[in-house]
Amino acid sequence: MIEPSLSRDSADGHFLQIKSIVKTYDDVVAVNDVSLDIAKGDIFALLGASGSGKSTLLRMLAGFETPNSGQIILDGEDIVSLAPYRRPINMMFQSYALFPHMTVEQNIAYGLKQDRMPKNLIADKVVQMLRLVHMEKYAKRKPEQLSGGQRQRVALARSLAKSPKLLLLDEPMGALDKKLRNRMQLEVVDILESVGVTCVMVTHDQEEAMTMANRIAIMEEGRIVQAGTPRDIYEAPNSLQAAEFIGSMNLFHGTITVDAQDHAVIQTTEVATPMYVSYGVTTAIEDKQVVFAVRPEKTMISREQPDSQYNWCHGVVHDIAYLGGHSVYHIRLDNGKIVYSFMINSDRFADLPTWEESVYVHWSADSGLVLRP
Amino acid sequence: MKMSFRFSGVMFWLGMAFLYLPMLSLIVYSFNESRLVTVWAGWSTKWYGELFRDEGLMMAVWRSLEVAFWSANTAVLLGVMASVALTRFGRFRGRSLLHSLVAAPLVMPDVIIGLSLLLLFVSMTDVIGWPQQRGLLTIWIAHATFCTAYATVVISSRLKELDRSYLEAAMDLGATPLKAFIQVTLPIIMPALVSAWLLSFTLSLDDVVIASFVSGPGSTTLPIEVFSSVRLGVSPKINALATIIILIVSLFTLSVWWLSRRKLKRDNQAL
Repeated sequence: MIEPSLSRDSADGHFLQIKSIVKTYDDVVAVNDVSLDIAKGDIFALLGASGSGKSTLLRMLAGFETPNSGQIILDGEDIVSLAPYRRPINMMFQSYALFPHMTVEQNIAYGLKQDRMPKNLIADKVVQMLRLVHMEKYAKRKPEQLSGGQRQRVALARSLAKSPKLLLLDEPMGALDKKLRNRMQLEVVDILESVGVTCVMVTHDQEEAMTMANRIAIMEEGRIVQAGTPRDIYEAPNSLQAAEFIGSMNLFHGTITVDAQDHAVIQTTEVATPMYVSYGVTTAIEDKQVVFAVRPEKTMISREQPDSQYNWCHGVVHDIAYLGGHSVYHIRLDNGKIVYSFMINSDRFADLPTWEESVYVHWSADSGLVLRP
Repeated sequence: MKMSFRFSGVMFWLGMAFLYLPMLSLIVYSFNESRLVTVWAGWSTKWYGELFRDEGLMMAVWRSLEVAFWSANTAVLLGVMASVALTRFGRFRGRSLLHSLVAAPLVMPDVIIGLSLLLLFVSMTDVIGWPQQRGLLTIWIAHATFCTAYATVVISSRLKELDRSYLEAAMDLGATPLKAFIQVTLPIIMPALVSAWLLSFTLSLDDVVIASFVSGPGSTTLPIEVFSSVRLGVSPKINALATIIILIVSLFTLSVWWLSRRKLKRDNQAL
């Protein structure tokens, strides 16, 4: 048990504590022993595929589901037993769930009315919220008369109107098209930061999570795979699952042959050239099986064989996906394995390798990662 | 192309004639001078005067409207409760039993409903002494019973497709479940409630079979009154009454259409 006096001090990163939450439906375990610490002012993203339990976790925070066991402590108070309408938490729904029979104003005022706030204070607050989301001109409209982006602003204003301790966003950009999505992501983050609210969001879109959140937790099959900053998760994944979930990865299975203090060498079964990493890898002496991973944008393509005896492989260009800003090269190695490499198109008409050309893919010693299979 | 246009035009007018010619002839004959419904003897409005002087018939009209009004209210109230139980409480014990009980009057012949209710009321009077006699009260109970089935079908189909997140959003913003239901769910499903009410009202106003089983002395509703008077020979008064009813219904439908069109236009202008 945590003393309330201790945990009130939210600056130490314990504003929202999720402790060993378990939720099962019949025999299916939706959320399996999840614990998270979220600091005040964080924008925290739960990232996972559908069915990973992220939505269930969010609904438990909102109070629409009750966990089988575990605690949710918000600002020093265990809220598990509180009904949704008693929690100092508001949620922006994926469908926005704006009340169709009320105007924008009435929608925003709804939560304040439930608190029996005096009428003039409600009016002031509504104006303030409308200004925050730049919707002053649309106060008298019905939700059906708004565009997707405008609806989202109203939904955000409505969920922020009661100044909740915690804001929940359920797939916040799910109902918007791609172009609007990119604009709204930054706009929503600006609004959240100007209010300073602590926020937990759920998304399946890694780009969205990385754009909006300052901390991310990857969920898979009801468990947290890894939690950390977007950079941590991308550059230093702690497991194969995490590495494969975000971005793409070239993976080589192999065994550690040299395990020194400041470097390690991995001999893979797929490429003759050994892999060299310029940092120490702590391995159990018995278990030398590892996976060597390198991200496509950290590799380079050349026509000449690199001088180094480490960190390269040979193949032919199997396919090129030209994406404008960069191209994705699919290189087929001599044993048939496909390796991906990104090439930045910095020159408009550079002499780049083309289909079926023989090329070498290489990377520097600090680019690779050593992961447990 | 031209052929098909002509064909559909012909079918359209045939269909319209099939639907509305009987009503038109009824309206025309309500202005007939003659006492005989089938013989035309020049224009007159005297049957309208006769109609309003016929106290028995006018009483029956008011009685029917009263019964229909209260039956519709009761049916919608019970229909909402049954729909919420059927759609929002997941799988509870006896759910399918409730479902089939509610839907039973839809498929049951009116004669059987009427007869069984009559037997029920008679034995209730014997055992607990209530209802003391059959009358408006028993008609109201009978009508509310079978109208509830229709109201439940209309309301539950709307409630089933209603996004749960409206209710959750209201609760999330601090409304208790009951408050959220009254302030958010009910207004959203209001069109379904209105159509369920109108359907129940019409069904009750229309019913002869069940009412004739459970009505008592001094509680003759309009359909029974009309039906029994027709057996003694059709009076043009009935035509006059029917014309007035058609007029009221048409005016009502037209005004609903006009109001909804005006609202649509206003909404479009606001955009």
